[in-house]
Amino acid sequence: MKSAGRRSAIAAALAAAATPAAAQTPAPWQIGMQAAHSPVEHGIHQLNDLVTWIIVLITIFVAGLLAYVMWRYNERRSPVAGKLSHHSTLEIAWTALPVLILLVIAIPSFRLIYFEDRVPAERADMTIKVTGHQWYWQYTYPDAKGLHFDSYMVHDEDLRPDQKALRHLAVDNQLVLPAGKNIRILTTSDDVIHSFFIPSLGVQRYAIPGRTIETWVRVDQPGDYYGECNQICGTNHSVMPISIHAVSPADFQAWLAQAPAKFSNAAIDTPVRVASASEQ
Amino acid sequence: MSATTHDHIHDHGHGHSPTFAQRWLFSTNHKDIGTLYLIFAVCAGLVGGLLSIIMRAQLQHPGNTIVTSGQEWNTIVTAHGLIMIFFTVMPALIGGFGNWFIPLMIGAPDMAFPRLNNISFWLLVPAFALIITGLLLGESGSGWTLYPPLSNSTYESGPGMDFTLFALHLAGVSSLLGALNFITTIFNMRTPGMTLHKMPLFIWAMLVTAFLLLLSLPVLAGAITMLIFDRNFGTSFFDPQGGGDPVLWQHLFWFFGHPEVYIMILPGFGIISHVVSTFSRKPVFGYLGMAYAMVAIGVVGFVVWAHHMFVSGMSVDTRAYFMAATMIIAVPTGIKIFSWIATMWGGSIEMKTPMLFAIGFIFLFTVGGVTGVVLSNAGLDQILHNTYYVVAHFHYVLSLGAVFSIFAGWYYWIGKMSGHQYPEFWGKVHFWVTFIGVNITFFPMHFLGAAGMPRRYPDYPDAFAGWNYVASVGSYVGALSVLIFLYVVFRTFTSKVAVADNYWGEGATTLEWTVSSPPPFHTFEELPRFR
Repeated sequence: MKSAGRRSAIAAALAAAATPAAAQTPAPWQIGMQAAHSPVEHGIHQLNDLVTWIIVLITIFVAGLLAYVMWRYNERRSPVAGKLSHHSTLEIAWTALPVLILLVIAIPSFRLIYFEDRVPAERADMTIKVTGHQWYWQYTYPDAKGLHFDSYMVHDEDLRPDQKALRHLAVDNQLVLPAGKNIRILTTSDDVIHSFFIPSLGVQRYAIPGRTIETWVRVDQPGDYYGECNQICGTNHSVMPISIHAVSPADFQAWLAQAPAKFSNAAIDTPVRVASASEQ
Repeated sequence: MSATTHDHIHDHGHGHSPTFAQRWLFSTNHKDIGTLYLIFAVCAGLVGGLLSIIMRAQLQHPGNTIVTSGQEWNTIVTAHGLIMIFFTVMPALIGGFGNWFIPLMIGAPDMAFPRLNNISFWLLVPAFALIITGLLLGESGSGWTLYPPLSNSTYESGPGMDFTLFALHLAGVSSLLGALNFITTIFNMRTPGMTLHKMPLFIWAMLVTAFLLLLSLPVLAGAITMLIFDRNFGTSFFDPQGGGDPVLWQHLFWFFGHPEVYIMILPGFGIISHVVSTFSRKPVFGYLGMAYAMVAIGVVGFVVWAHHMFVSGMSVDTRAYFMAATMIIAVPTGIKIFSWIATMWGGSIEMKTPMLFAIGFIFLFTVGGVTGVVLSNAGLDQILHNTYYVVAHFHYVLSLGAVFSIFAGWYYWIGKMSGHQYPEFWGKVHFWVTFIGVNITFFPMHFLGAAGMPRRYPDYPDAFAGWNYVASVGSYVGALSVLIFLYVVFRTFTSKVAVADNYWGEGATTLEWTVSSPPPFHTFEELPRFR
């Protein structure tokens, strides 16, 4: 098992190098966030860079102070203890300064969460409805006569040779989306709570039965993007990944034309209604 | 009332020694009950630790099958969380050190309600048995947050989940009674002259903690009761098909759950203050600031709960409020960190084992604290929520923060409690192995989380293999440190060296250092004078 694990890690590394940059999977030994491929994720990266710099500096500052006092005021170097136990200026300083640092963080944070909230200016080019199930995702296209299909993980033994690096990420039917369009995402669930989570696109919302939650995405460019169910949902919680195949708008229209036949629901005009989901 | 208490003391003080059952099962003595709590916490901690080693072994390589099913895995995850929170950290810090040192530090003969104290402890034992039953039945796989619908009878149909819920009820009542006892004791039984603003900081910490317990646990109890009704009696508080709402559970749970994290860390703040002051041979810097920073953390801790729910579909204005409120907690926490460093500044620092753990605490708590600022940003939490970044964050503040404070307290007070001193060399070895092990375990989890690895996964995409392997190796080092700790315990209790009343010298100024080590069965039969 051990050597198999290492071999597959190497294979993943090679595959990551071989496939086009647009296949967005985590990389072995990665220490930062996945590359950003949507306006929201670009915003997240910007803020994360700022906040990470601040917290690293604060941690180094505290570690430095601790190291200094441990060295300078060790009993060997400082045999007699002083009595300093009050210093109002100092106390006000270390109350006020963190407040200022928090303000520096807070202002871009507020801007980001309002940007993340809804499709900009309420101009969604299309809507996609995501329904969580134990343990697969169902994708519905309300704008395309309710075209819908299920998306299951490809199990290890069924992986194609070119999918070996995508163990636990590859799915049978990817969610196909047009790149460069503002897409409204509505999440809900048919059973327990799931979470629709795609790190490289900056998307995450719970899928909760009885509720429909809105978020949005605009995929920068065509490519494959991967995510996973991110809220414990039962025995196969780790076995319902998410895969998005973003294509050019023209290719998307072509895909839409053949999709009803492929998923054998050409005759269905309305999506399968989930009793708990509120349809407009 | 006071006369009766006095007679009782005389009964025990002179003459007959209690039988084993009288002393340990029917105990009303705060020191004995504290000891029971500490023994209980160590035992539960070993069980919870064993579960974490099983989990790390499973995650060591992708595709492992040490844990055979996802349900089994989820049950282990649930039990690990609940055991570590309710049966390890809380009993050690609150029941153990709280019972031992609240009366000793405020100069009281015992707790205000000794029999209530006894039932507080003995409710915890059946609660633990119920948790273990839920674990062994493999029917409580919902995570410690118990979110319905996964925890309702449709998706967890067996009695194991009910056992787990009843365990929380019992543990909750236990803590609630303890909190009543602590508050009454601290308000009414301080020795003459000890005003609120002269109380040791550990007492301040326990007072704030007790209030947090008092106000948050009833909310948990209500939520659990509703969930038990949903499961067994056909109600639908959390079931949308009957007009209920799963998100209501999340609000109720986290209204308890967020104060709970401060309940676990505030007593540690108190211990660290005393240890830092003792080994720097200086009074605590900014005493009032330190005390009121804890009060502020307690108050603000009650109005930030929904930062656990940033992706649950709350409106954006709600998220903005909870984000802002959460970030504010960094301010009083910063005051504490800087005041500890200022306490050391100008001191004469002796690097004994408790001080090593205290300085380790300050550094690691800072690391866990600053990642809290990252997570408080709803915008960043959108892709960090429920990832290993969160796991790293809360283990830095709990597994490294709270646990380091427990060890600091243990090494600081074990001579006082037992009359035996620990071996200094092995104490330091224990510190360094623990420090290295937990950092190797938990630091790589920041990387895994940033890259998008979800928590509560028994198997994961191969790209996460590298850092998971490192974390697993780190956890084995952590397991080794536990064995070293057990050896230290063995060496301590077999040590023949007599311990002085105040073995730490001039830096240790609180009242527990005025009595013998170990203290007599009954202390402060005459109330001590306090400056």
